Amino acid sequence: MALSDSIAALEAKFQVLSKNEFRGETALTVRREDIVEICRFCKESLGFDYLLDICSVDNFGEEPRFEVVYELSKVMENEHLRLKLTVSEDEPSVASISDIWPTANWHEREIYDMMGITFTGHPDLRRILMWEGYPYYPLRKDFPLGGKQSDVPDVAFTKAAPLEGGPFVTTPTTATTKDREPRARRMDD
Amino acid sequence: MPEATAAYDSKVEGNVIITRVDAAINWMRKNSLWPMPMGLACCAIELMAAGAARFDIARFGAEVMRFSPRQSDVMIVAGTVTYKMALAVQRIWDQMPEPKWCIAMGACASSGGMYRSYSVLQGIDQLLPVDVYISGCPPRPEALLEGLMKLQRKINGESSLMDQKRVLIESFS
Repeated sequence: MALSDSIAALEAKFQVLSKNEFRGETALTVRREDIVEICRFCKESLGFDYLLDICSVDNFGEEPRFEVVYELSKVMENEHLRLKLTVSEDEPSVASISDIWPTANWHEREIYDMMGITFTGHPDLRRILMWEGYPYYPLRKDFPLGGKQSDVPDVAFTKAAPLEGGPFVTTPTTATTKDREPRARRMDD
Repeated sequence: MPEATAAYDSKVEGNVIITRVDAAINWMRKNSLWPMPMGLACCAIELMAAGAARFDIARFGAEVMRFSPRQSDVMIVAGTVTYKMALAVQRIWDQMPEPKWCIAMGACASSGGMYRSYSVLQGIDQLLPVDVYISGCPPRPEALLEGLMKLQRKINGESSLMDQKRVLIESFS
């Protein structure tokens, strides 16, 4: 079954909000409520046997604020399908798919840790990189790069890092090495 | 009739060294610094290279990498100290017996390095008293050896008994 057949089958069975093709890759935006059924259908009927990754995007200032992106793959046929759904800030919660692909367990924990999106039905939704009790979600756009102060006694503490005029950014340009140097350029330049 | 033997044994002269206690203790300490290798990131690879045959940290008496803090003299913090790891590093430091020294190896351990970030401790000197900072990202093994020799010179200048006593008194009070 080719990728276009899989997409047609998905569109016939579920509501697809938008479809985006870019450089041979297809991304379908689906309804948040449907994600478990869609994933189960993709795995069991369409043969997407491998979940590459789940990641999240913070479109700060927009509504709905967050996006969760699922990267599905068929290993033998080398097909790649991208599913997206949007999550609002008021209710940052998505159903867990860790009972369909067990690898989703840690991906969802990472999203919970870094972005603060909870996954209902997850068997073990703990932070994976930061420690229990850390009060912030560091990958959100309104979280400063240098961090904020926090303290969990006997576990860990954090302080804001001195950025000394940064964060410094680098952008592609034809300028000389001296002007291209990231330290020469501020974020708002 | 046996020959009378002299009570004075002239041979003993070659076996006696007169020195100060400080100098003797410092000499012993500085030439057998057992490191606690706190390898946290890529600096630890250079630390391993410094311990291997080519650079051979054994030439300076510091080849006995003790992974038990209670048997070590100098903690070499080699790598990025994240906040998640920071209190574990401090606990290991607290388990090391006096006298003890600390080498901050590389940019991250010295100052946080390029990680001006929410997750990285901005220099291990916020938690431990650091004796020697080594620049580099990561430092070459030669730089680590230079740092070790710097520490040896520093130990040589310490008044070992007095310093020891002060720490001891502070621990009682």
